[in-house]
Amino acid sequence: MSSETKQILTTDGIPLEVSLKKAEKKNKIKAFLLVAPLLLFLIITYIFPIGEMFTRSIDDKMITNMLPKTFKEMESWDGQELPPEEVFSAFYYDYKALVEKQEHGKLGQRLNKEKNGFNSTTKRLFRNIKRKKIDESISIKEQIIKVHPNWNKVEYWQAIKRTAPPYTLAKYLKGMDMYYAPDGSIVQVDEDRRIHRILWLRTLEIAFFVTLFCFLMGYPIAHLLATLPMKYSNLLMICVLLPFWTSLLVRTASWMILLQQQGVVNDFFVMIGLVADDNRPEMMYNKVGTYVAMTQILLPFMVLPLYSVMKTISPSLMRAGKSLGGTPFVAFWKVYFPLTIPGIGAGCLLVFILAIGYYITPALVGGASGTLISNQIAFHMKQTLDWSFASAMGLMLLTGVLVIYWIYNKLVGVDNIKLG
Amino acid sequence: MALPSYTETRYRIWHYVYLAICSFVFFFLIAPLFVIFPLSFNAEEFLVFSEGMKNLDPDAFSLRWYKDMVYGTKNPWGLAAKNSFIIAIFATIGSIILGTLAALGLSSRHMPYKGIIMATLISPMIVPLIISGVAIFFFMAKVGLAATHTGIVFAHIILGTPFVVITVTATLSGFDHSVTRAAASLGSNPVNTFMKITLPLILPGVISGGLFAFVTSFDEVVVVLFLAGLENTTIPIQMWTGLREQLSPTILAVATCLILLSTLILVTAELLRRRSERLRGINR
Repeated sequence: MSSETKQILTTDGIPLEVSLKKAEKKNKIKAFLLVAPLLLFLIITYIFPIGEMFTRSIDDKMITNMLPKTFKEMESWDGQELPPEEVFSAFYYDYKALVEKQEHGKLGQRLNKEKNGFNSTTKRLFRNIKRKKIDESISIKEQIIKVHPNWNKVEYWQAIKRTAPPYTLAKYLKGMDMYYAPDGSIVQVDEDRRIHRILWLRTLEIAFFVTLFCFLMGYPIAHLLATLPMKYSNLLMICVLLPFWTSLLVRTASWMILLQQQGVVNDFFVMIGLVADDNRPEMMYNKVGTYVAMTQILLPFMVLPLYSVMKTISPSLMRAGKSLGGTPFVAFWKVYFPLTIPGIGAGCLLVFILAIGYYITPALVGGASGTLISNQIAFHMKQTLDWSFASAMGLMLLTGVLVIYWIYNKLVGVDNIKLG
Repeated sequence: MALPSYTETRYRIWHYVYLAICSFVFFFLIAPLFVIFPLSFNAEEFLVFSEGMKNLDPDAFSLRWYKDMVYGTKNPWGLAAKNSFIIAIFATIGSIILGTLAALGLSSRHMPYKGIIMATLISPMIVPLIISGVAIFFFMAKVGLAATHTGIVFAHIILGTPFVVITVTATLSGFDHSVTRAAASLGSNPVNTFMKITLPLILPGVISGGLFAFVTSFDEVVVVLFLAGLENTTIPIQMWTGLREQLSPTILAVATCLILLSTLILVTAELLRRRSERLRGINR
């Protein structure tokens, strides 16, 4: 439109363009205001706390706050040989303040994680301070060294210096079975102590195979449900929907009953002569139990998206394929199967995402060899109370899930999630 | 799915193999639920089918575990059931209100940043529960809501709203907006329009979303495990403790009740879904 054309005005005399923009803006605000309560609620109670998990996971301020003077003095220390008198005396006064606040124990424990032997070393110093054996008017360095020979070793002072930064990635490294060596480089823990890597791999393995089993079992029945006449398929659909709506714990409980050594499955195996009565296999508290129970529990999440895609495929396509000379198998493989790929993608990624973060079922039927990374997170949250480590592992898991979710979104689109 | 008469033998065989596979999978899906029924009427304390039960001896069956569930002195099921229902009902109401409002906003074509906001709103469904549990626990502990009903209700609203958002947005996708404009042109104010026109039309979606939210809350154990104190115990928590410590038949009695409840919910959800599909069919 050229500038000479006369502007169209509304009845109020405002140019139409301005008026429309105003109305548009008003609508935008209206729409946003409707979303705002939930958005705000989620941001405050959910998104921020997840962010807080991040700060907690890298937080290492405890010692930084406990030894402020020491770290200030240590800035000018090169860390090659024993620190000068100033560092010793700063450490002495910091430690004395901690003793007064009764927080010296925490420092000892934390430093002990950095270097073995610190606990006893600091305890000795504590006793000397308590008995007022340290004379503040003469060289503190010499007196501290006399308290415990470790104070004369430069490695111990280096360990203290390493704890100076308020942030650390140590928890993430620990989650991958690595740690900071005394010289600050990253090394792997001994081979026989790499428990976390085993857990990550097992989590991936179980999630992968559960997804595969769900796919192999879900595809045929989704196909059957989509091709059967309505009145039969509705009836059979109950077999999928009833487990879907049933409590997870109920389903896990039923598997615990079925899979126990005197359970129905073992009874059946004995009956058909597969195993001897006195040699019933252990099917629970190991990987088998986890696989079987998780597959049954997650199967509806595979069937429902597959079904909703298959329902939209016209049966005449298969007939056309066959009439053009394809055998039923060829027609299926070349015509039907490609059309179901969106459903396969949705189902597989849904099941995989759910399986990778599974907690309850592995904890109940998994035993020691069937537990997953989630169980480890819960263990650190509830038993060891190492919340920063739990946060770090949680975020590592979350990153993995978000990557998968992102792929899911690219392939299928979040809006296409269908429920029931 | 009758086969045409000209089908070759090998396809005929394959067809029966296929039906056999399907039957096996359906059996695998549904059979575990039915183990629970008979065992919950077991007269003995063991979780195996006794000889008497196999012979259908009436003495081998009893209602003692149901009595134990209701009247048992040590059993916390009464408190747990009460808590579960209170928490689930409030969480459902909260989820429905917040979720429906958000879905209305999201379905407007004027909504800015739709993609990212939608992703944020349904994130609690995607993020593994254990992580949600840790994050929500940190928040509730900080604001002093840990081990309170309010805290658990909030947590379940977080987990339940995505379902409401998804189902209501789906219902609204087939919604004919000219009816609300018609109402407005006839002099109705927005609130009145919503109550009289929009809500009745999207109600099936709202209720089925609410059912999801209810079941999510009623069945949720991971987050509650972090949040609940002794006073806030719920049915899933009790089942979890029971399954970990000793599998008593009382749990099976509770499980049977839960299966009946889920059947009820399933029937309601199915009826609603059909109604919603019918309504949407008319709109199109």
